[in-house]
Amino acid sequence: MAHKILIVDDEPNIVISLEFLLKKEGFEIAIAGDGDEALAQVAAFNPDLVLLDVMMPKKSGYEVCEILRLDPERAKLLILMLTAKGRDTEVAKGLAIGADAYMTKPFSTKELIAKVKSLLGVA
Amino acid sequence: MKAKYRFLAAVAVLGLLMTGPFLVSLLLVWLDMQAGERETLARLLLSRLPTGTVMTLFGFAIGAIILHKLFKQYVEGLLRMAETLRLMLGANRNFRVSLDGPPEVRQLAAAANDLATQRDALMDDVEAQIARAKASVEEEKNRLAALMSELAQAVVVCNLDGRILLYNNRARLQFKALTQGPTSAAGGALIGLGRSIHSILEKGQVEHALEVIRQRLAAGKTALANFVTTTRGGQLLRVQMVPVLPVPTPGSGDADEAAPSAAFSGYVLTVENITHNIEQEGRRDQALLALTEGSRAALGNIRAAVGNLIDYPDMETELRERFVKVVADEADKMSRSLDQTMADFSDSLKTRWPLEDALAIDLIAAAQRRIGDKLNLPSKIEEQDDALWIKTDSFSLVLALTYLAGKLQDHYAPRELRFRLTSAGRLAYLDLIWAGPAMSSETFYTWEMDAMSVGGESSPLSLRDVIDRHGGEIWYQREKAAHRAFFRFVLPVATPEAEADPEEQQRSAERPEYYDFDLFNFADKSIDLDRKLAELTYTVFDTETTGLEPSNGDEIIQIGAARIVNNRLLHQETFDQIVDPGIPLKPESIPIHGITEDMVRGKPNIDIVLPAFHAFCEDTVLIAHNAAFDMRFLQLKEERTGLAFTQPVLDTLLLSAVVHPNQESHKLEAILERLGINIDIRHNALEDALATGEVFLKLLPLLEEKGITTVRQALEASEKTWFARVKY
Repeated sequence: MAHKILIVDDEPNIVISLEFLLKKEGFEIAIAGDGDEALAQVAAFNPDLVLLDVMMPKKSGYEVCEILRLDPERAKLLILMLTAKGRDTEVAKGLAIGADAYMTKPFSTKELIAKVKSLLGVA
Repeated sequence: MKAKYRFLAAVAVLGLLMTGPFLVSLLLVWLDMQAGERETLARLLLSRLPTGTVMTLFGFAIGAIILHKLFKQYVEGLLRMAETLRLMLGANRNFRVSLDGPPEVRQLAAAANDLATQRDALMDDVEAQIARAKASVEEEKNRLAALMSELAQAVVVCNLDGRILLYNNRARLQFKALTQGPTSAAGGALIGLGRSIHSILEKGQVEHALEVIRQRLAAGKTALANFVTTTRGGQLLRVQMVPVLPVPTPGSGDADEAAPSAAFSGYVLTVENITHNIEQEGRRDQALLALTEGSRAALGNIRAAVGNLIDYPDMETELRERFVKVVADEADKMSRSLDQTMADFSDSLKTRWPLEDALAIDLIAAAQRRIGDKLNLPSKIEEQDDALWIKTDSFSLVLALTYLAGKLQDHYAPRELRFRLTSAGRLAYLDLIWAGPAMSSETFYTWEMDAMSVGGESSPLSLRDVIDRHGGEIWYQREKAAHRAFFRFVLPVATPEAEADPEEQQRSAERPEYYDFDLFNFADKSIDLDRKLAELTYTVFDTETTGLEPSNGDEIIQIGAARIVNNRLLHQETFDQIVDPGIPLKPESIPIHGITEDMVRGKPNIDIVLPAFHAFCEDTVLIAHNAAFDMRFLQLKEERTGLAFTQPVLDTLLLSAVVHPNQESHKLEAILERLGINIDIRHNALEDALATGEVFLKLLPLLEEKGITTVRQALEASEKTWFARVKY
């Protein structure tokens, strides 16, 4: 069964690329444009992994991550945070509040796929 | 025994000496005789008695006269001389003993006079030396004050209580800029001799710095403390504090070596307003952030799209077009954000070479002089913007201009050069113009890159270096129609910092009043009625009003005030404010105070001015001429503004009446004339306040003659004068 990935980002220009890429890699994809929508989609779509942008309207990626981590039933949900801020302090914060991995924009598509696959444990 | 009695005693002794031996011999002979012999002797003596008595009396009279004369000459003469000598010792140094009397007394007098002359010469010498020393100390003080006032840093000197003893012009301007408010309190509401620094800098912070200094002194380190503080208005000040240590007196040796840690008597503060620097740094950070992190998202989008395009070359056309559009969109967005950042932060991103602000025409004048001196080449200014300030490293820029002029002279031998100064927005154009043939861009390129040298003077800098330092540009351009060409320097325009306005400059030229080192010995200065009048701090003030009836709706239209600190009237710490009375001025009053409707309109009203004035005279005794009148106006506003002027008030009119009770007039003009003060008063509040201040200072010694030395005594004496009964 294909792994399900939820892409959370408010910028359509990155969403389009990520969606295309991950579909090509054979994942099942859902999309959310802000934090609130992300929480709803997690409940409805039940993804294995969330690609979570930090800077978003309504709820930031940090807040979404914290809320998701409060739910023990979703302990296995993988969270890969994406950010346009490259400071060490932010990476540390993301990992501290429960993200499994952290990638800083701009990243290469290959790196992203490799990271997603390694998180999901598929070669 | 008084001299007179001694004289009488001497006369008595003379009498006894003249009669005594005869009477005693007679008595002895008489006792030895037989009765018959006694009878014979009595008969003989009694018949000759008148002659004998007369002769004796005559001899006695002559003796008494001689005695009297000797007494006059020696005893009384010496007594007189003693008195004269006392006089010479005390009241009148120039008095001399008169040379009369017998030769011995005269010699004594001459010797005393010689001694006095010698003493006078010594005293004159000592006085001259003291005067010289005083003058040199005074001169040093003035030189120090003058030096301080020229410093570009704000400097304030305080005693340990935080009272200001000295400040310079820069400090005044800087703190004046901090006072937020519409009144022109000349910065006085905050800074002033004898005022507390704690109104500007937080007390706790100052004391902490003092503690740091004490510790550093004790540890034998350089005594210095730095801190950054915010003012009430939110400005950031960087303050450096150094202690005023006692000067080691020669001869005291090493004994006091350990003492200074405890013994410093005050401190010097250098204050720098760093609000602007911090803002600039903040802006620079912001720019950096906008350029780095702001680009990440866009680049991320591009990179992902490009990655897909490369990795999946056989995707459908529609998808491919969408990815290409993403790249185009984001690239466009980034370009625009870059432009925006550059526009917003261009100032902050400029070169960090320290540039000073200079008036561009001054710079051209300097270049003209140099070109004239070095190259003997005349130059003119063709067009100039007199008020244009530029940010420049003036030395290198003048060198660059001279260098170019030298190159032009070598290659094209122009008869004269011209300068032109224009500006466009944030850029200043400084053109160096000459008439001559076109030059090639390669030539100019070498001129630009070579190390500059002109008239035997060379510099490691190239013209390009100078331009880069300024964050500027330079190019060569031709004016074909006029057959001439020019080099255009593009330089950043500066907004000049607040310069002292000319009136203030002139005021400060009169005499430096920014210092008063005697305040070092001033401790607590709260108003104590039993303190000496000469020791207190005063605010002399005067008001101009719409009319003479405060209770009938007349209002204040001007308040002028100055401070008296340590017996000096401070012309530089003044308060001068026109007030909008909110009612029409009475036409008949306008000629008196010279204030017109136009002058009061738009000025702050009394609700704004009074708090500023209240702050200005905090902790001081008020002085006014006919104070009751001015105080009545202030009192009528108490309820509305909630500000009460509760300090003691002295009235120069009443004090004058105390000193000269028999004079008819105690008008300010009359007193000025009587006390020999040459000031024209013109019913201008500040000028009249200053005149009142001069009067008060002149009255002080006269009051002292009457035994009035404290504020309490002055108030009591004032109350007793007739004039005090007039009420408003």
